[in-house]
Amino acid sequence: MRDLVLFTISCILLNNILLIQYLGNCPFLGTSKRMETATGMAMAVVFVLVLAGMMTWLARRYILVPYDLIYLQTIVFILVIAALVQFVEMFLKKSIPVLYAGLGIYLPLITTNCAVLGVCLINVKEDYGFVKMLVSSFAYAVGFGLALILFAGVRERILLARVPRPMQDTAIGLVTAGLLSLTFFAFKGMV
Amino acid sequence: MAKTIVQEFTKGLWSEIPPFRLVLGLCPTLALTKSVENGFGMGVALTFVLVCSNVLIAALRNVIPSKVRIACFIIVVATFVIIVELMMQAYTYSLYEKMGIFIPLIVVNCIPLGRAEAFASKNGIVRSAMDGLGMGIGYTLSLSTLAAFRELFGTGAITLYEKPIQIMGPSFEPFSFLVEAPGAFVALGLMLCVMNLLGKK
Repeated sequence: MRDLVLFTISCILLNNILLIQYLGNCPFLGTSKRMETATGMAMAVVFVLVLAGMMTWLARRYILVPYDLIYLQTIVFILVIAALVQFVEMFLKKSIPVLYAGLGIYLPLITTNCAVLGVCLINVKEDYGFVKMLVSSFAYAVGFGLALILFAGVRERILLARVPRPMQDTAIGLVTAGLLSLTFFAFKGMV
Repeated sequence: MAKTIVQEFTKGLWSEIPPFRLVLGLCPTLALTKSVENGFGMGVALTFVLVCSNVLIAALRNVIPSKVRIACFIIVVATFVIIVELMMQAYTYSLYEKMGIFIPLIVVNCIPLGRAEAFASKNGIVRSAMDGLGMGIGYTLSLSTLAAFRELFGTGAITLYEKPIQIMGPSFEPFSFLVEAPGAFVALGLMLCVMNLLGKK
């Protein structure tokens, strides 16, 4: 149990998917301009990532490995994720319209969010068991959300500041992300 | 006005150079620019995928139904990514190890998909090939430049074929911040700033 708690913390903070492992940076810069979009994206990622982690893990364990098709892993994973996202979207639209209204537009973007595929691949690479895979998917997603929301908060403040012309928008965003990454980097050695 | 084939090639080298002008494919840009070797390897792998997928998508552009086009593009890109992955595993194993999960992640690196959607699905085969080649070489150049900057100032040496070549003198104190995670963001941000200064907007 203690191991799992430490593992969760290390996934959220020490190995933060966005700032330390550099995955999912396109939506990180794209959806962080406003707090609302950042929160929506963060929630959508947590939701989809846990499901995707589970589906890809099962697909690998029960389809790819028994039939010796490991070399198709990349294509199978991305198709599973794409199908899953589509399915989740239809399901939410039909049965939980409130949640759909919140997450709706972010769901299609998730297919090409490399954090999702990245975490699925990390789970496979580290050869996690089912429980550990679930914990890692959830923790990485929470880490993603945490970094994204923090960053959006900082970025809303930057809008008020006077930024030199060539530094505007993405450039200052990246430097800010660097400073944020430095704070996460400081957690190293904690666990 | 339609661009000539040469212009399709050269636009990827400067006026639309990824990832600076087109802010796409940032993850490998940040993660694989710790050393020139990695950055260059990633650039070459991406160029291969981009040229092949652009050609195939341009050839199939009239066959692919527009409703499921994104899914089709993803499958085409993923196929070539698997080819690259297996080839690298066979011939350049140490680089394959270093690049790790970033090779399969080329699938969701937005550049091949973005070019497929924005260019290859509307243009002929030759043009698409030139577009892919230009973008790929542009990406390789950007990654190599950024990697050279980070590696040179972060470690004081450049590693080629596993052998470090010391460039800075002995009194140089390596700025190791640059080769760590936070340095990647800052270096990329500064480089974007320089590109904005140099280029017309």
